[in-house]
Amino acid sequence: MIVDNLPALQVIVPLLGAILCVLVRRGWLAWFIALVVSWIVPLIAVALILQVLDGGVISYAMGGWAPPVGIEYRVDLLSAFVLLLISMVGAVMLPYANLSVESEISDGKRAWFYALYLLCMTGMLGISITGDAFNAFVFLEVSSLSTYAMIALGKDRRALLAAYQYLIMGTIGATFYVIAIGILYTMTGTLNMVDMSGRLGDVATVRPLFAALAFLTVGISLKFALFPLHSWLPNAYAYAPTFATAFLASTATKAAVYLILRFFFSVYGVALVFGIHPISEMLIALSLMAMFGASIVAVYQDNIKRMLAYSSVAQIGYITLGFGLANVPGLTGGVVHLANHAVTKGALFLAVGGIVYRMGAAHLDDFKGIGKKMPLTMAGFTIAGLSIIGVPGTAGFISKWYLAIAALEHGWGWLVMLLVLSSLISVIYIGRVVEVAYFREPEGKVMNATEMPLSMLIPAWVMILATIYFGIETSWTAGIASQIATDLLAGVQ
Amino acid sequence: MTSQTLIILALVLPALTVLVIPLFHRQPNLRETITITSSGLLFLTILILLIRVLDGERPSIELIRVVPDLPISFAIEPLGMIFAAVAGTLWIVNSIYSIGYMRGNNEPRQTQFYMCFALAISATMGIAFADNLFTLFLFYEVLTLSTYPLVTHKGNAEAKAGGRKYLIILLGTSTVLLLPAIIWTWFLTGSMTFTIGGIMAGKVDGLTLGLLLALYVFGIGKAAVMPMHGWLPAAMVAPTPVSALLHAVAVVKAGVFTVVKVIVYIFGIDYLADTGAGDWLLYIAGFTILMASVIALRQDNLKRRLAFSTVSQLSYVVLAVAILSPISAIGAAMHIAAHAVSKITLFFAAGSLYTAAHITKISQMRGIGRKMPWTMTAFAIGGISMIGLPPTAGFLGKWFMLQGAMEGGKWVAVGIIIISTILNAGYFLPVIVSAFLRPVDPNASKDKDIVTDHGEAPLGIVIALTLTAAGTIALFLFPGPLYELASAMVDMGTEVTNVAPEPPALPVGGNSHE
Repeated sequence: MIVDNLPALQVIVPLLGAILCVLVRRGWLAWFIALVVSWIVPLIAVALILQVLDGGVISYAMGGWAPPVGIEYRVDLLSAFVLLLISMVGAVMLPYANLSVESEISDGKRAWFYALYLLCMTGMLGISITGDAFNAFVFLEVSSLSTYAMIALGKDRRALLAAYQYLIMGTIGATFYVIAIGILYTMTGTLNMVDMSGRLGDVATVRPLFAALAFLTVGISLKFALFPLHSWLPNAYAYAPTFATAFLASTATKAAVYLILRFFFSVYGVALVFGIHPISEMLIALSLMAMFGASIVAVYQDNIKRMLAYSSVAQIGYITLGFGLANVPGLTGGVVHLANHAVTKGALFLAVGGIVYRMGAAHLDDFKGIGKKMPLTMAGFTIAGLSIIGVPGTAGFISKWYLAIAALEHGWGWLVMLLVLSSLISVIYIGRVVEVAYFREPEGKVMNATEMPLSMLIPAWVMILATIYFGIETSWTAGIASQIATDLLAGVQ
Repeated sequence: MTSQTLIILALVLPALTVLVIPLFHRQPNLRETITITSSGLLFLTILILLIRVLDGERPSIELIRVVPDLPISFAIEPLGMIFAAVAGTLWIVNSIYSIGYMRGNNEPRQTQFYMCFALAISATMGIAFADNLFTLFLFYEVLTLSTYPLVTHKGNAEAKAGGRKYLIILLGTSTVLLLPAIIWTWFLTGSMTFTIGGIMAGKVDGLTLGLLLALYVFGIGKAAVMPMHGWLPAAMVAPTPVSALLHAVAVVKAGVFTVVKVIVYIFGIDYLADTGAGDWLLYIAGFTILMASVIALRQDNLKRRLAFSTVSQLSYVVLAVAILSPISAIGAAMHIAAHAVSKITLFFAAGSLYTAAHITKISQMRGIGRKMPWTMTAFAIGGISMIGLPPTAGFLGKWFMLQGAMEGGKWVAVGIIIISTILNAGYFLPVIVSAFLRPVDPNASKDKDIVTDHGEAPLGIVIALTLTAAGTIALFLFPGPLYELASAMVDMGTEVTNVAPEPPALPVGGNSHE
């Protein structure tokens, strides 16, 4: 009974958890509920991915209404991978949340925060599991609206402005998405993605389809902050509560990236997306601009959360670069970087969160001599930083390896050079922080700083060790990603 | 124990030391005992491996496949064995020296120092035993990163600037040039494994071959081929034990070792000689040898002079392998060991002078030989070895290099070796002569920094430099095992390519992109 309904439970459990959080009202109790939920959800995701690896795609008819009329939940390897990624990140991070959130959000609002977190989780899991284009929109909005509110809870007043900025941009993105779905529905008469994909071939006039594709691409790109649609992201990440930043940086953009992969490769198919219009070239150009532009901007940021936010924009460039290359190693690199960047950036934000917890902020000045006062935190930051740079032995290297091979398959040696050059820029922005942390003498508030509490240190280090683990043992990341890439390019439904 | 276990042990022993040392950061004696014990055990491990390799065993082990095409695997071949044996043996001596030096100078953060040092040794073992380019690259980067905190140990502005230069040049060359070279190699040949006779033949040729070689030679920044040498003088801000073991032995030798390894086992000596794609390397190496020597002549700071001498000596190894004859390749391998033991002696002496008398400049060394006879005798032996005179180890490598160059008719190389020998004499002999024969500078006592009422340096330092000086001579007197290993490397290389000239093999399966 339970096993049959796992796809529905994947979404319903966090949704119910969110409602419970609001009902209990007490911060610590809400945290506990969120913790229990966050630990149940990955179990479901593991069960699902094992089923998929074992028996192929799971199709689940919501409410017993058979697709394409009813809403279909459809778990293929890509879905299962993203579900597992998002839920595991939540499970590792939530123990960290209690103290971090307590220090940044007032008592009355904490239960709301956890409710929002669980709603956001619901939305992202929903996007990744649903096989219905409109249902995906609903979940997209669930996750976006809860994200706006979470960001607005940041203690800095600029958080409000950041949330508002994101609200405007996000709404434009969502609107574009609905317009695209509207066009697609008009042309094909269905909202079910598999069904839609089958009927696209019969459509007589293809022009509206490309209009829809354009709306989709721009709309969803806004959500995952593809350069130059990234302007909401740095402020949002910089001023949101640190736990929210860490969680969103690891997951939120990933769900949106999933959606665009779904439309590009499953609904439209490689031939239609890349065959006619220069979308591939466009993606590669924008990705490169992100990799260089955002990295260079990151070098000049003194707010470290903001610096890492710009680094995220750059890292998203690596993901989309892989899609743009549109061959098996490229797509593998892009998909595996979803996971690798999630653990890496999660680890970095959790480490920075410890410094925010002790110092109240994460300005470069707050890092002076912190290496002596918080050695474990700073060592962790350094290790995760190496993964951003892409040093071999860390997760970041694996992604870059695949991307480089993909570039060579196209015969583009210059792209390999750009790839390695861009990682040199990250040496500068990570190195800058490391230098201040280890070579300056502690002064002011830093003098009294001590290591962050264990309940924060352990989750942070789990993430940090994961960046090394996934740099050496990659069957769960690169192994699955390459299978996903092969499936997507072959157009397997 | 099986040789496979021993390989793992050689990597894990120093790595475990890294984890154990901080537990005893409040008990310095116990902490240093751990370093010494661990270096002793590592020496034993390597000794057993050395005996087995001399018997003809070639153990190998694959740890894990990171992705299907990227295995982390190890295999011992003669060259790697030489490198591991040199680094492993000198770690013990250097640890004894470190204790004397670090305590004698009241250096801060000693726990961190010993931790990073052990990590660097572990990385060195990984480089020495790596069976493929990926594994080598992995440990190459670990070596860069683990030595960065050692270079910046002093923590002042100069150390920070030196450290920046160190990191940017080493990480920069390795990511921008070496990594693409490795990826490209894999892409063209479908292999990254070090293979007897190389893997390029029949798959890569013409301009691509030359370009790849350039990417490797300049990408391996640790080999300090000009213009990628700037990090080495910058690294001299580190405490002397670091300069001695890491920047005269482990790090720089990792560089030339990688160059030799890539040319012998990836390109293949015969293939490079046949295609002529590597001819330019001779000139680049020759230029570096002469240029660095000329710069060294003009340095008054002792450690900087030694650093430029190292740049010059490293390019001997590159030159030797660039001559592309088996005999000179033997010379390259022998020079790796010979230069290691002689240069570490010179650095030990420099550190000894600093610890006892706070001397950092050559102009301050007048007459010092009378006060510090042990130190300066060792310095003299090291210096003579640099020039390449018998009865010191430096003679061996040069002999084989010259022989190879003459047989191959590479008269340019012969000329370079001769001129540079004169230059080497020019910057070492006067120092030695003035230290022993000239009276102490009467103005020296006015210099506040310098201590005049001193004797020899602490015992640990004197023991260490005596041992390495003795080693420099011993290597000349008993070069047997070293020569055996070095020639084993070359024998294997030519044997296979001569016996079975492979037809241009077709790239396998998914890797056919030509």
